[in-house]
Amino acid sequence: MTTYAETIAAGLNNHGHLLGIEGLRADQISYLLNLADGYVDQNRAVKKTTDLLSGRTVINLFFENSTRTLTSFELAAKRLGADVINMLVASSSIKKGETLIDTAMTLNAMHPDVMVVRHSDSGAVKLLSEKVNGSVINAGDGSHEHPTQALLDALTIRRRKGDLYGLRVAICGDIAHSRVARSNIHLLNTMGAEVRLIAPPTLLPAAVDRMGVETFHNMKEGLEGCDIVMMLRLQLERMQGSFVPSTREYFRYFGLDQEKLAMAKPDALVMHPGPMNRGVEIDSELADDLDRSLIRTQVEMGVAVRMACLHALTQGTLNEEPAA
Amino acid sequence: MSKSDRDTKRAFINARLLDPATGLDVKGALLSDGGKIADLGPQLFKGGVPSGIEVIDCEGQCLAPGLLDMRVHLREPGEEHKETIVTAGQAAAAGGITSIAALPDSSSVLDDVAAVEYVARRAREAKMVKVYPYGAITRNLEGKELTEFGLLTEFGAVAFTDSTKAIANAQTMRRALSYAKTFNALIVQHPEEPTLAGGVMNGGEIATRMGLSGIPVHAEIIMVERDIRLVEMTGGRYHAAHISTAGAIDVIRKAKARGLAVTCDTAPHYFCLNENSVLDYRTFAKVSPPLRSEADREAVFEGLADGTIDAIASDHSPHDQDSKRLPFAQAEFGIVGLETLFPLALQLYHKKALSLLETLALVTCKPAKILRITAGTLAIGSPADLVIFNPDSPFFIDPEKFRSKSKNSPFTGFPAQGKVLRTVVDGRTIYDRATEQN
Repeated sequence: MTTYAETIAAGLNNHGHLLGIEGLRADQISYLLNLADGYVDQNRAVKKTTDLLSGRTVINLFFENSTRTLTSFELAAKRLGADVINMLVASSSIKKGETLIDTAMTLNAMHPDVMVVRHSDSGAVKLLSEKVNGSVINAGDGSHEHPTQALLDALTIRRRKGDLYGLRVAICGDIAHSRVARSNIHLLNTMGAEVRLIAPPTLLPAAVDRMGVETFHNMKEGLEGCDIVMMLRLQLERMQGSFVPSTREYFRYFGLDQEKLAMAKPDALVMHPGPMNRGVEIDSELADDLDRSLIRTQVEMGVAVRMACLHALTQGTLNEEPAA
Repeated sequence: MSKSDRDTKRAFINARLLDPATGLDVKGALLSDGGKIADLGPQLFKGGVPSGIEVIDCEGQCLAPGLLDMRVHLREPGEEHKETIVTAGQAAAAGGITSIAALPDSSSVLDDVAAVEYVARRAREAKMVKVYPYGAITRNLEGKELTEFGLLTEFGAVAFTDSTKAIANAQTMRRALSYAKTFNALIVQHPEEPTLAGGVMNGGEIATRMGLSGIPVHAEIIMVERDIRLVEMTGGRYHAAHISTAGAIDVIRKAKARGLAVTCDTAPHYFCLNENSVLDYRTFAKVSPPLRSEADREAVFEGLADGTIDAIASDHSPHDQDSKRLPFAQAEFGIVGLETLFPLALQLYHKKALSLLETLALVTCKPAKILRITAGTLAIGSPADLVIFNPDSPFFIDPEKFRSKSKNSPFTGFPAQGKVLRTVVDGRTIYDRATEQN
């Protein structure tokens, strides 16, 4: 029987796909972040496009609604000179009975070089990647992974703090349903940061402490000495599922405000993958505080990181052995 | 079966006779006459077989009662693209199984006399293995109104179950156990508290890492504990199907010690595999209840070894590719098992947890006793339902060779030991390895 580690090593990331952070080595993550750093400069210049992907086709295949991630991927591909098509299948083909694999095979016949895929089911992007010839980038699958979000978070942190190693990072909120949390846990652990999770027990998945994190149910205790505070979006339907009783009570105990943030380091920074529920998981003024909040920087880094991922996969440089 | 076939006498000679019902284990011969076991023993045919008797030379291999698989999803009527009574019969025959108990959840539910009678009649027509239909406990498996236990029993229902649905309502379960006593009927539960069982795999670290919703072991433990209290209250006969957790086995062990009429079974995947099999989102390992942790797998193995678990059933659940080649959460639950039940059950023997006879008992006389079917024994006068097999012959499981219409097995490439050489129902050979393709 194969071990978990063998499965990850054999199944992910070695066919020119980016399906998750789990299984990526530290040098691969650093390589992507270094590449992205360069693209930040390009994106700030007047001429923002290159022709690295000229003649290449990128399909953004989204089975779940998204505005910012889709826009970010579209812009990233266009700035590298690729031809980009967006397909929003959230409501069309699936209702007609076409399966995920049918859709994948149909699009594969059009020879895309890269497919960027988002799906509401964990593992769906991996399933699709097994049926196509080009590279696949996971733009979020269920509660599993959202690797480009973790990479853009890492780039944002690295540019402000210099290094990820040794930082204390708190991830707060609905961990149980969050692919952003899972990708960040893998990335931060791989890069040597200390990861804390802060949430009520109903929003922490089973045995999550086995993923190399420390868990807290009290925000002030958990935030103590933190360098980075990552807030997660609370889906409002969690109230119906009796995960939490009300937004009022949630904000009181798990929403980030200046008072709770005071427990973290004085120079602690605040992040949020968006879209925010102001007054539910984060105080509105704090979210807009340019000294503390990195939320808008995250969006900027998103485009650069996605350019780096498209670059690395199409040029086949992600899996090169690290320089000695 | 033709009249002439009924009258045929067959001598199975040079056999190692194994009868788990009596503990018999001797070299000898067996005579079938008119579909029944007429005689057996070490002295039989010592001086040669008289003319007029057809001779089957077992060449020193094991001869045992054919297997009884007490949990099989037939899919007919309604889902014949996944399996039919004929293909299930062929698969069972190749697996050494001579009797199957058919679960009542084909797309038309076996909750009335006509449906139960239909399955029994189709099985007779197919002339393969014997099919004993379960009746549903509640109409349309809705967990509300009881079915006609008495009439269904008369028309062949062997026990009552809502198949893969738990009787969640405690009052309904109480009434079912209580009313069933009128007919001495057995109530078979899918022990899983449905409000805790919304997930798609075992709850724990792997589900968390894969981002899949988990089913905690407590979903099973709580339901078994509740049901045992209801058995105490009503005095009904209760059987817990496909037990998968250490906690539930412990609860049943204690209930048996208190003398309650409680039995249970498990399926081979619960003692051969653990939750690691679903890694990489392998939907062929998606099953209900889910594959559990390694500690639970060991507990199931231990529960079989110490007798807490009474039977092994395949829980044969055929699904076509379209039902499985889906994102994990959308894929159907279920594993095909008719053709792997016997070799996987023999793992208990090969791992020296049980003797060969004790292992055979789990798939023959013990489930027969639970369902009160005349099967699983070599007693004179009982049906000549037999399997000739080599318990040691090694091979790698290859679902592509299955006779079942569906190939949804997580056991591809699994090293197993034990090959069926011949399967006999009512004295008549329905499977002969020598004349088959593989």
